[in-house]
Amino acid sequence: MNSSVLLSITTFAYGLATFFYFAFLIFKKPLLGRLGTWTVFTGVVVNAAGIILRWVESYRLGIGHAPLSNMYESLVFFSCTIGIIYLVIERKYKTSVFGAVATPLAFLAMAYASLSPNINDRIQPLIPALKSNWLIAHVITCFLGYAAFAIAFGISLIYLFKQRDAADKSNFLSHFPKSRVLDELTHQMVMFGFLFLSIGIITGAVWANSAWGSYWSWDPKETWSLITWFVYATFLHARMMRGWSGKRIAYLSILGFMAVIFTYFGVNLLPGLHSYGSG
Amino acid sequence: MLLLSLAVTSIVGTVIPQNENPAAYFRAYGEFVYKLFNLLGIFDMYHSWWFQFLILLLTINIVVCSIDRLSATWKIIFVKNPLFNLSRFRTLSQKEVFTGKQNPEKLSTVYETVISGQFGYTRVEETDKGLCIFAEKWRWTRFGVYIVHFSVILLLLGGLIGSFFGFEGFAIIPEHEKIDSLRIRNTGQVRALGFEVLCDDFNISFYDNGTPKEYRSSLTIIEHGKPVYKKDIIVNDPLRYKGINIFQSSYGKMPSGALQKEKIHKKDPPEDITLNFASKESGNAYKIKAVIGKPVDLPEGLGKFVIVEYRKSAEFGGQNIGQAYLGILTPKDKNPINIILPLHFPNFDKMRGGAVVISVAEQETKIFNPGEKSDQRYYTGLQITKDPGVWVVYTGFIGMIIGIFITFFMSHQRVCIEIVKRGKQSQIIITGTANKNKLAMQNRIKKISEKLINLQ
Repeated sequence: MNSSVLLSITTFAYGLATFFYFAFLIFKKPLLGRLGTWTVFTGVVVNAAGIILRWVESYRLGIGHAPLSNMYESLVFFSCTIGIIYLVIERKYKTSVFGAVATPLAFLAMAYASLSPNINDRIQPLIPALKSNWLIAHVITCFLGYAAFAIAFGISLIYLFKQRDAADKSNFLSHFPKSRVLDELTHQMVMFGFLFLSIGIITGAVWANSAWGSYWSWDPKETWSLITWFVYATFLHARMMRGWSGKRIAYLSILGFMAVIFTYFGVNLLPGLHSYGSG
Repeated sequence: MLLLSLAVTSIVGTVIPQNENPAAYFRAYGEFVYKLFNLLGIFDMYHSWWFQFLILLLTINIVVCSIDRLSATWKIIFVKNPLFNLSRFRTLSQKEVFTGKQNPEKLSTVYETVISGQFGYTRVEETDKGLCIFAEKWRWTRFGVYIVHFSVILLLLGGLIGSFFGFEGFAIIPEHEKIDSLRIRNTGQVRALGFEVLCDDFNISFYDNGTPKEYRSSLTIIEHGKPVYKKDIIVNDPLRYKGINIFQSSYGKMPSGALQKEKIHKKDPPEDITLNFASKESGNAYKIKAVIGKPVDLPEGLGKFVIVEYRKSAEFGGQNIGQAYLGILTPKDKNPINIILPLHFPNFDKMRGGAVVISVAEQETKIFNPGEKSDQRYYTGLQITKDPGVWVVYTGFIGMIIGIFITFFMSHQRVCIEIVKRGKQSQIIITGTANKNKLAMQNRIKKISEKLINLQ
């Protein structure tokens, strides 16, 4: 048993959970929802076990480091955080409808990590720049934020679809809570994500100051994370100060997630200090 | 009017990030076409007047908005006896209602102890229908948003302090050499450090697969000619001395060969020289450090030796023997002898046939970097910064995290438990408000109600 086997099982589990949740929405059998929950729970456990095993394996190779050092490892961790946050939401709101929003994202991240030819899944030694205790704090907080934004994005999409389908004709969408609840949940997720994005940027800045001697150097990744931060800050201000809700908020949430995606993937196309995140 | 100005300023707040998008894109793209952007004068756009102007606008916006609203919030936060508007609580649609088996007076004393355990402030009032318990907590969390805004200002202020009173520069130090100044990034100005930095050694190590594992520079800070502080720096572990930070940034190889060796000894006179003294009688060899002009006592009572001078190209018998030290050996009870110690011929002094054979110990360069060719010498590239604003920025960071947490996850919560007299029994109505996260407040009201029902 090695970590890649576990992570393959994880990918499969998230895929299966996606299937169950969609079936649950279509056939409205609670059993399917429960099956989805148990599958995604299994997925998260195996995912976490895979991450820990990969950590152990890196020590066996004599290059021990936390498995948060490249694109592959970050995507695996990203899936895990999406899974965990989703399970928390499911428990808190006592509904498994959002599984159809969260698990496809976790599945896509895992599938992309495993299948993309541009992503190297080998355990590699840590380059000098990444050898810091800040690495773990920085990556974990950033991805908690990203995962929350991803779920907010999914809910916003559902919100917009639901708005279009005003007559509640769609069998699929009718199972989701009222638009007002979706709107509120998006807001909750964005607040949570915003806190962690802020901590992520801050830990990154403190780390940069101890590694390069400057807490902010307008590196593309830094700048884009700031843009993301600005978009979500706008979201929060628009909602709290100007009372925006509904469609406009959903669009802002989608725009914010686009910025997240660009910060995550797009910036690797540009030269900069974060180039190690690309392969 | 207040609302209108608020609306306008929030529009400014929403416009700024949009202006940032193309900006960031150009900056990143600028790396490719540096020259073009340089020509257009927007290569350094983050320091351009219009970008700074936007930041200034954002700052003014935050300050004006915050002060504007703070005066109102201030009055809400600092009150001795919080006002509770019973009619407002009565109009709330979300309420928990149940029947109590005792009269309002008895119930209120029981309930008040429970509620005061959960809320910071409680008060019992008589109403037209019975009694009412008001309770509230976390009134101060209304400050959260100002903490965040103040932190943003601190960040900008810290950045400003850094750019006025700090610097960011670069220095290259070949191994065994020292510097006392650095070059400021962007402008290229030379700036004195106020002390000297000596690079004792630079090492690079690799993983088995050939990727770099560690860059390590051994640095010594020299002040008034005396070494005062020593530290090995690696990436992520800088040296900090008197407010100046020295970071491992890059490295490179010095041009190799004779030219470079010459360079080592160009530093005339070299600071310390290690000499080998081999006693013929006992067969023992001794390593002794020597300084030009200072006599050293030789072991085994062999006499005294002093280096008189250093020559880049010494001559012996009409032959150029390269770099050498000229010295005087004074054996015990004998006349002084002139000695030549060529650097490249360690056995030269053997020819003299004296009681002691003197030679110059191998140069340290040859011992370093065992994996490399003996004459390979590295230089280390150091990022040198001074930023007195960094603590202001860090305070801003901490304030921002705490502030965001308070703003989004804590709220000013108020509950009203109305106990209405119904004959010998009572009807209890629980309502509550929060300035944020109203959904969670509803759950909280439900929990309180369950708890109070269970008390019966």
